[in-house]
Amino acid sequence: MKRRNGPLFWLGMGVLSVIFIGPLLLVLLTAFKSQSESRTVPPTYFPSEWSLRAFDVLFFQDAASPVLRWFLNSMAAATMHAALVLVVCSLAGYALARMEFRFKKAIFGAIILTLFVPGFIFLMPNFLLLDKLGWLDQIWALVVPGAAGAFGVFFMRQFFLGLPRELEESARLDGAGPFRTWWSIVLPNARPALVTLGVLSYLANWNDFIWPIYVLFSPERLTLPAGLSRLQGAYTIDYPVVMAGAMLAAIPVLALYVFVQRYVIEGVASSGVKG
Amino acid sequence: MAVTTTQPTRPPSGATPAPGARRSRGATSGIHGSRWTPYLFLSPFLLLFITFVAVPGLLGIWISLHDWDFLLPKKPFVGGQNYADLFDSGSPQFEPFWNGMKATGIFVVISVPFLVVLPLLLAILLNRRFPGRTFFRAVFFAPFVLGVAVVGLMWRYLLDPSFGMVNGVLSALGLPGDTAWTTEQPWAWISLAAVTVWWTIGFNAVIYLAGLADIPAEHYEAAEIDGATAWQKLRYITIPGLRPVLVFVVVTTVLASANMFGQSYLITKGGPGDSTRTAIMEITDLGLSQYRMGQASAMSYVLAVFLALVSLVNVWALREKKS
Repeated sequence: MKRRNGPLFWLGMGVLSVIFIGPLLLVLLTAFKSQSESRTVPPTYFPSEWSLRAFDVLFFQDAASPVLRWFLNSMAAATMHAALVLVVCSLAGYALARMEFRFKKAIFGAIILTLFVPGFIFLMPNFLLLDKLGWLDQIWALVVPGAAGAFGVFFMRQFFLGLPRELEESARLDGAGPFRTWWSIVLPNARPALVTLGVLSYLANWNDFIWPIYVLFSPERLTLPAGLSRLQGAYTIDYPVVMAGAMLAAIPVLALYVFVQRYVIEGVASSGVKG
Repeated sequence: MAVTTTQPTRPPSGATPAPGARRSRGATSGIHGSRWTPYLFLSPFLLLFITFVAVPGLLGIWISLHDWDFLLPKKPFVGGQNYADLFDSGSPQFEPFWNGMKATGIFVVISVPFLVVLPLLLAILLNRRFPGRTFFRAVFFAPFVLGVAVVGLMWRYLLDPSFGMVNGVLSALGLPGDTAWTTEQPWAWISLAAVTVWWTIGFNAVIYLAGLADIPAEHYEAAEIDGATAWQKLRYITIPGLRPVLVFVVVTTVLASANMFGQSYLITKGGPGDSTRTAIMEITDLGLSQYRMGQASAMSYVLAVFLALVSLVNVWALREKKS
């Protein structure tokens, strides 16, 4: 542990950084190339002539692929989804952490049990359910079903269990009811956990792929990941356009990540030591 | 755990009063609220949970017992026929299903060792004390925040056999630059596994890092006094200390790899041939593109039972052995 890190260590760190960041930069640079330059052999790394053509095509030239609309759809779905998760999971997690009631163990056990059930089991029945609700090809198909996952409730319960009870006790002595205590005492103290869960839910929803490609149909209803995979359908793929689209999907989450990486990483770390 | 221990506690005076708090107070009178209060707190989640998890979990079994074509009005009950078909080599479902199971199995076997070991080495590296540690941890974790659509599209381009930059970089380094990364085996499997490592290495690494932080430094100091080599420290301190974390990582990584879909959907399109067409691809294509949901549901339950058995075997194989 006390050993000093020599030049070999720093060389390794440098190589690893290139491996993880390099491909993203190459793709970003490709978005500024002409279509023919994106297919040269050997490939160029920097565009010989910088061009905004790919972005022009991506945003304005293809009426069948309303990319800006996809971007807004993705944002709206992820925002509503994260908000819904925060509300339902912080309410339920608080009840499971602090309240005594009949069937508590059975309810908690049933929720935990589903952590072990693979998600693909629910694809077909939920598709039928959305059909009955009239939610196929609607944004609600992306916002609501995923909020029933067990992780958020479990995560919030664990956090509330770790909060000192004194604050809530004194609020109750002051005459605050359970809902008031939850809203004005517990939630403000749970801000770090709420940020973590909110960001993880937002990222998961923004990135979701398998669900939107099957429950959305109209071009103007797609999310960015679902839409981008259809851009590939062209006879010869216009790679600068597809790469510009991929960057449009990547840059918002990378920017979010830069600001809240501590919360994301700690949230992930906490998922591994829950046992 | 890290989340629950490092939180600054904010004084309650900084909290803004809730606009709706007064109204709800009447409904939940008394210091501890009424006996219905817990259920009120639980009800929004439980409503979603029952609707989109509990009911569908059982509905899926019901569907699998029918010849359930979404587009046809009649969905006749067929009992266990959909399941029997999966084990009858004469049925049209048999070949594609087991081809998918085989592809999923191959991907699990070739990807999991790398997805378990490489993040551990990365975590051990990041567990040293050096300036910029948080920065490098964030860099290596960065690809994980991208979605599979972005990862799949970008690597499909980078791995293109003729003009892709992976071959470009390799030939610039004097290595063979004409490998058919996405269109020939075994390269297609190697590509899919490597892309998955690139994408998700940070996830397992961060979980290992949390586990490494719980191993007391004195154990290493004592070992160093005894003249232990790096390998001995890894073998006798790090790995035993990480055992619970290791079990979690192996079990969840096997499940994640068995769920592989987006990478082969976007990078190899299930090819070459049908070789990378995984079980999930087969299930979603049959159930959600061709709408033959009865057969597809039966497949998904068979796959789920397989995965449950594999998880049990993993937990059993990695249990603490009494010597």
